[in-house]
Amino acid sequence: MLEGLLTGLSTAFTFTNILMVVGGCLIGTFIGMLPGLGPMSIIAIMIPVAITIGDPSAALILLAGVYYGAVFGGSTSSILINAPGVASTVATSFDGYPLARKGQAGKALTVAAIASFSGGTIGAILLMVFAPALASVALLFHSSEYFALMVVGLSAIAAFAGTGQVGKALLMTFLGLMMATVGEGVLFNAPRFTMGVMDLQSGFGFITLAMAMFALPEAIFLVLDPNRSKTGDGSDGGKIKNLRITGEEARSITPVIGRQSLQGFFIGVLPGAGATIASFLGYAVERNIASKEEQEQFGKGSVKGIAAPESANNAACTGSFVPLLTLGIPGSGTTAILLGALIALNVSPGPRLMVDEPQIFWAVIISMYLGNLVLLILNLPLIPYIAKVLAVPRNYLIPFILFFTLMGAYIGQNNATELLILVGFGICATLFRFADYPLAPLLIGFILGPLLENNFSRAMQLYDGVGFVWERPMTLALLILAVVLVVLPGYRARRARLRAEGVADGD
Amino acid sequence: MALDRWLALVILLICLAYGYAAYFTMDALLPPIMKRSPIWPSSFPKVLVIGGILLSLSILLGLEKSPEKKDAADINLSRLHEYKVGQAVLLLALMVAYALLLRPLGFLAATFLFLTVGSFILGERRYITMGLVAAIAAGTVWYLVDVVLGIFLSPFPFFVSGG
Repeated sequence: MLEGLLTGLSTAFTFTNILMVVGGCLIGTFIGMLPGLGPMSIIAIMIPVAITIGDPSAALILLAGVYYGAVFGGSTSSILINAPGVASTVATSFDGYPLARKGQAGKALTVAAIASFSGGTIGAILLMVFAPALASVALLFHSSEYFALMVVGLSAIAAFAGTGQVGKALLMTFLGLMMATVGEGVLFNAPRFTMGVMDLQSGFGFITLAMAMFALPEAIFLVLDPNRSKTGDGSDGGKIKNLRITGEEARSITPVIGRQSLQGFFIGVLPGAGATIASFLGYAVERNIASKEEQEQFGKGSVKGIAAPESANNAACTGSFVPLLTLGIPGSGTTAILLGALIALNVSPGPRLMVDEPQIFWAVIISMYLGNLVLLILNLPLIPYIAKVLAVPRNYLIPFILFFTLMGAYIGQNNATELLILVGFGICATLFRFADYPLAPLLIGFILGPLLENNFSRAMQLYDGVGFVWERPMTLALLILAVVLVVLPGYRARRARLRAEGVADGD
Repeated sequence: MALDRWLALVILLICLAYGYAAYFTMDALLPPIMKRSPIWPSSFPKVLVIGGILLSLSILLGLEKSPEKKDAADINLSRLHEYKVGQAVLLLALMVAYALLLRPLGFLAATFLFLTVGSFILGERRYITMGLVAAIAAGTVWYLVDVVLGIFLSPFPFFVSGG
């Protein structure tokens, strides 16, 4: 491990890569603060930039920096104007916004920054310990196990989708998988399902799809409902005075941060659970175990109520890198986009990554430490200035968001048809959002589709049919687990509903 | 019928078309040598489409009960009349226009028009600010993408650049 760390240090501590971390974090914070552009959209916009860089380590460091920055930016806007840019920072606004209303926005931001920093750093340490261990197990896997593992991942994502959503999430996954079969695959030299359209020959672009699924519907919603974007008054954004916290407050949040970083990390590792669940659960747990008088404070500006979701969501973000880097299976929409970026950079994530290209893995880990440090020492003091972006009137903001969405899809491909596909899918995605269909499973299915089919085909060829299912016990066990995961939510849903009611009290 | 079931119906129809192609038309084009392989280009789609049909049917028939949504923060179809649907439709049309005009007009002019018309649709009437912001943004983005990143973006209309 020490050797790996040194490799990582020497890769990460070059001028370019440090520039990537700092730049990525700043851009991420800046855009993450804006309503309508969550981490997924920002990363999708940055992918063409990352691909132009060429060096996979530098590109991944940049994208990871953007990711942390965006999550941090999201918490900033939920504290300052009660408008969480991202679902995972909704819980932060429960206590962050009341504290800001009391004129202590600076304190809330500091607590959030320290909690994010600690959550991210503890997460990175855990990632460093667990990922190589998991990867060495995964090296024993054959294509049939990979196939089964991806099925488990996809069904877990559906299973965690929420009450009454499992069927819809699964259907979206299937739709994503079906969309992935359009075009000329790597396996067969024949175009499939292109209906003779030349532009579909190479399949749908994943950046286009990511933009259409996330950035565009959010932008359309901003247009539809002007109350959704609370920017433009600029009155709340400017009141950040004192960034200090007292020693007593520091002592009270330390155990919270420790507990929630651990819990958040492990929730983040599970496919489909992710930062949002980690932050809500972290908030609920800390509220339940706090003393009577501290419980009273929750929802009215408790520092513990800010520290809990913030450390949990950052640790969970880091945790979600574990399945991505060790198995090549993304557990969330964001890591799915990162996987797409890695594939575009000719890197295949999976257990071989740590053997074949250890510098990439370790550089990412080091960049996580660096990124967290940059957020704490560089971004926090800059927040009062960055927050000015919240004062941009929506008449200007929305055309820009739409423009960046278009650019994200265009500059990678230089193909105007891609823009028409973007708008078409964007309208479909908006309808799906109206009807409560989750969209992340579609994108994850789309990105995993070719990998799933490759492993399925290889296993079929090796065993001359579907015999691999019962001839390899591990495969069978994983496939049974996948079925259990899909069936289980009926039971889980009832508990989740009770839990959600518990959280809603603190609202 | 609620929107989610209508969408499930649409997906079901897509699945049926996809399934028809996978089961009946795709294999006809397969060279005979490929037919000895245990895996055909149509194998995986054939598996997928069964899942797709079953799931869309289960939603269409309402087998899984979804809870009543009372989330005020999220968007709600029943409040559609309160929303600015006209603006949204106009902006989408503007995006289509941008896609069609990007090549003929060149990046700079198309982007300038997109940003100004976009603000105009949203109700902005300070024309000078609007024009300045759009011009600076179009120029900066072009400079960053083309010059700094080295990704080619044709800046001028076809009659200036000759293509």
